[in-house]
Amino acid sequence: MSDTSASAVAFVRTESVPASAPPSNAAGPVKWVKDNLFAGVGNSILTVLAILAIYMVLSKSMPWILNGVWDAPSLSACREILNGETGACFAVLSERWNQLLFGFKYPAELYWRPATAFVLLFVAAAPVLFFDLPRKLLIFTGLYPFLAFWLIWGGPIFYPLIALIGLIVAYKVFVAFEKNNFTMALGLGALSAIVIWYLSGFVGENSALLALSLEAVPSRDLGGFMLNMMLGVTCVSLSLPLGIALALGRQSSMPFIRYICVIFIEFIRGVPLITLLFVASVMLSYFFPPGSGVDLFIRVVIMITMFSSAYIAEVIRGGLAALPKGQYEAADSLGLDYPQAMRLIILPQALKISIPGIVNVAVGLFKDTTLVSVISMFDMIGMIRGPIVASTDWNGIYWELFGFAALLFFVVCYGISQYSQWLERRLATDHR
Amino acid sequence: MTIMTDPPKESFRLSMLLNDSRYRSLTLQVIAAILLALVIFYLANNVATNLAALGVSISFDFLGAPAGYDINQRLIEYTSQSSNLQAAFVGILNTMLVAVLACITATILGVFAGVLRLSNNWLVSKLMSIYVEIFRNIPLLIWILVIYGVMTVVLPAPNAFRGDDPSASMFMGISAFTNRGVYIPGPEFSRIFGETGILSAGIGWLVAIAILVGSFFGARIVNKRATRIQEATGVRPATLATNLAIWFLPLIAFFIITGLTFVVPVLKGFNFGGGIKIGAPLIAMWLALSVYTGAFIAENVRAGIQAVSKGQTEAAGALGIRPGRIMSLIILPQALRVIIPPMISNFLNITKNSSLAILVGYADVTATLGGITLNQTGRAIECVVLLMLFYLIISLTISGVANVYNNSTKLKER
Amino acid sequence: MAEVAKMQVSDEVAISIRNMNKWYGTFHVLRDIDLTVHQGERIVVCGPSGSGKSTLIRCINALEEHQQGSIEVDGTLLSSDLKNIDKIRSEVGMCFQHFNLFPHLSILENLTLAPIWVRKTPKKEAEELAMHYLEKVKIPDQANKFPGQLSGGQQQRVAIARSLCMQPRIMLFDEPTSALDPEMIKEVLDTMIELAEDGMTMICVTHEMGFARQVANRVIFMDEGQIVEQNEPEEFFNNPQSPRTQLFLSQILGH
Repeated sequence: MSDTSASAVAFVRTESVPASAPPSNAAGPVKWVKDNLFAGVGNSILTVLAILAIYMVLSKSMPWILNGVWDAPSLSACREILNGETGACFAVLSERWNQLLFGFKYPAELYWRPATAFVLLFVAAAPVLFFDLPRKLLIFTGLYPFLAFWLIWGGPIFYPLIALIGLIVAYKVFVAFEKNNFTMALGLGALSAIVIWYLSGFVGENSALLALSLEAVPSRDLGGFMLNMMLGVTCVSLSLPLGIALALGRQSSMPFIRYICVIFIEFIRGVPLITLLFVASVMLSYFFPPGSGVDLFIRVVIMITMFSSAYIAEVIRGGLAALPKGQYEAADSLGLDYPQAMRLIILPQALKISIPGIVNVAVGLFKDTTLVSVISMFDMIGMIRGPIVASTDWNGIYWELFGFAALLFFVVCYGISQYSQWLERRLATDHR
Repeated sequence: MTIMTDPPKESFRLSMLLNDSRYRSLTLQVIAAILLALVIFYLANNVATNLAALGVSISFDFLGAPAGYDINQRLIEYTSQSSNLQAAFVGILNTMLVAVLACITATILGVFAGVLRLSNNWLVSKLMSIYVEIFRNIPLLIWILVIYGVMTVVLPAPNAFRGDDPSASMFMGISAFTNRGVYIPGPEFSRIFGETGILSAGIGWLVAIAILVGSFFGARIVNKRATRIQEATGVRPATLATNLAIWFLPLIAFFIITGLTFVVPVLKGFNFGGGIKIGAPLIAMWLALSVYTGAFIAENVRAGIQAVSKGQTEAAGALGIRPGRIMSLIILPQALRVIIPPMISNFLNITKNSSLAILVGYADVTATLGGITLNQTGRAIECVVLLMLFYLIISLTISGVANVYNNSTKLKER
Repeated sequence: MAEVAKMQVSDEVAISIRNMNKWYGTFHVLRDIDLTVHQGERIVVCGPSGSGKSTLIRCINALEEHQQGSIEVDGTLLSSDLKNIDKIRSEVGMCFQHFNLFPHLSILENLTLAPIWVRKTPKKEAEELAMHYLEKVKIPDQANKFPGQLSGGQQQRVAIARSLCMQPRIMLFDEPTSALDPEMIKEVLDTMIELAEDGMTMICVTHEMGFARQVANRVIFMDEGQIVEQNEPEEFFNNPQSPRTQLFLSQILGH
């Protein structure tokens, strides 16, 4: 450095250094393999073990899957075709496809109805799941439960229609009075719905609407994967409002209400779902008025809804607790009352935070719908364990059916949890 | 302007019940209580009417009556002449057996998978992600049935081990995997606590456990002493050899004195005898609960380790602490705080999920009390209520323990 | 701007607090507070942290309950009657240290929410009102953004505008500039000064002594839950009487 000290300190860059590629030993596939698979002895051993494990699984399963027989009337016929070679009898899936999806009692000529309801479910769910879609689509979401009910159970359109009209009127009344007094609006809304439903009893007797009817299917004829979907979707949707109410109750400043909610939530979370299903199958009918004969499907829906609402309440409680106290104070200082503050300020934010948790509960619940096979309902697992494996044609078949069921559940649950992760990432960057 | 020292005493008006914050919450609670009472009365009335119509009443007398059915897998004495209550106890112990076994293996599996998932070996971490995703997204019920299927369909029947040229052979000559269950060598104290001895084998095991507890405290004394020396002199004496000796020497000595031997199962007639039989249903439940919950625990472990910010490692590194010590002094204590609460709730889930045992015929409390007893006596309400009560007590106990833990490890914050 | 402090104060009483006491559990946080605020008066409250100054103004808005004594706002006695609490809250606006804007609502929605739901103003009118006040705090162009997209100073100005939309007669400020970066403090203070020039009754908890000198009619010093000293700003800063005030002022002005 022959420069003088002053010029060594002062420095001005006159031209910039262009970005260049790294030296070859710091990039490229060889480097990647060395870093990620064979960095050190322990790491290399792990890699070899992992490759061995993968090889063992694939070498056993691939021939079985690839050599599968897709067309045979029975297990013995299938074994004949295989002629002693390794191979799966996927023929059971193609032969019993409809039973797996719809159960063994649902009339075959009516399969199009639940299938339509299933397709429409995606249309109805889309605006709830993706905020960017036009909000007008939510109208269809509101109509969907009634439409789906009519499609799956059939019967005159009159009943779901009246139920829908009652709710629409109730909603309109509620909105009209909402700004004056929340409680009063709620009460008036409920009252107007009841009045409509009561009046409809007189009109309904000889209404032309009774004629507009689909062939009715009793709920004991429901089954297969359809039953899992129906239980999952119905119970999650019903348990959301209940879960919100329980979460708010648990946060309430009124001790009596708080204790009621805590006892309910802790009780439900403390017992296995299967005991609640036992309640539905052997005990719940005692709680209804004599002779009302509420059918098993509804009793199961009631119990599963209670079950999931307790878990959803805990998720939402977490969301409520995560909100800064300042939000409550700001709402108070502006003069908003409790229902207004909750509805306009607190819940929209708390629910948004809770969505990933709620989705997790939904996935868990969907998996748990398989438990109804224990109380002899013929959901997908019930169909496999009961009518299909017990039939003379397919007695002894095992892996193909459970593999298919596992795959179906995996696709749905993995899909939902990927959605939840996508949403979580999106919410993290949303306006904050 | 008037000067007031206190608000004027207003006379009570009816409208104050709703408009005054002193009374409003009370009013609302009274209304809620009345509504709740009405609902309960309505439901109770329905139950009473329905029961009267059927001509039955609530009674727990059936608990004392003979159960009249056999239970294969049992930890305590039981015959078909024992009472229903005894059957329920057999079930409770079986529930606890499978729950404890599954908790242990699920934890080991979960920690293993969770740590490996963070491994910088790409293949291994991907493989662990696949394990976690596959097991978390497929219902437990399917896993139980599949594993039970492996046990009963794929494994050979005991008679396959017979003959001069058997189609199946024992694993390393000591264990047999059959479709009726797994037979493993059973330990026996040949010298002191043998079957012919005065004391039963059970006491032998209790003594062994007592020795282990003693070793635990012995090891603690050694470690405390090491810490004391470290604090006084700055150098920590090596404790590994002493620790190993304290843990294993007494136990080995005890086993030698009592003459611990392992009785290998042998084929007698159509079935294996001797050793310990673990029934296929128990194994199916145990494995299924372990791998299923292990996937959830793996996620918690991963999240817990990742929750400790990178800054902590960097700060410790900047202080010159070695990587191994950083893990044990800085990362683990913080990660455990995050990992343990969900871990406990997973243990709770295992206990509750063990109720699915009824699917494969494992005689847990749901299968005995809520299954056979309920069906045979028709005492639906009583059985289901008792069953729920049992699970509730277990759950509340476990979450009570969890709360104590959470409170004791809460970060001290303003 | 020095003339702000000399603006006329009316005789009408806006807030009158008598013998007010408050406890958190057994901790006596406010002790024998007596304070009368006249219409149009601008009061700055200062004091060390934990002295109860925030609690005092939160009591005026019924965000905290007091246990003894009386608070009267514009002739309405603050009691457990919910109607009185609502009435007082609609006359008293409040700004918080952390703004407390509603992050899920746009700026315009933040401003129109309370007029629509509490005052039952038609939406169109409420929006006009909101735009009026946004212009007043000089950020009308941000109306359709979300709080998270604004700087701290802008958020605090939105918060002020949000309170103004309820057309309060009294404004309370709870350390409005403490959470702000230094370069943003001025824009918020300017907004507050403008508000003072319009004759708003204000009680402001702040450590901005320049603002106190310029705007306040009265400065109150609190310590350990009591009002230790109050005076006109000139006297307060130049000639503090109590040793505790002297110590406090020397600490915050000492460098």
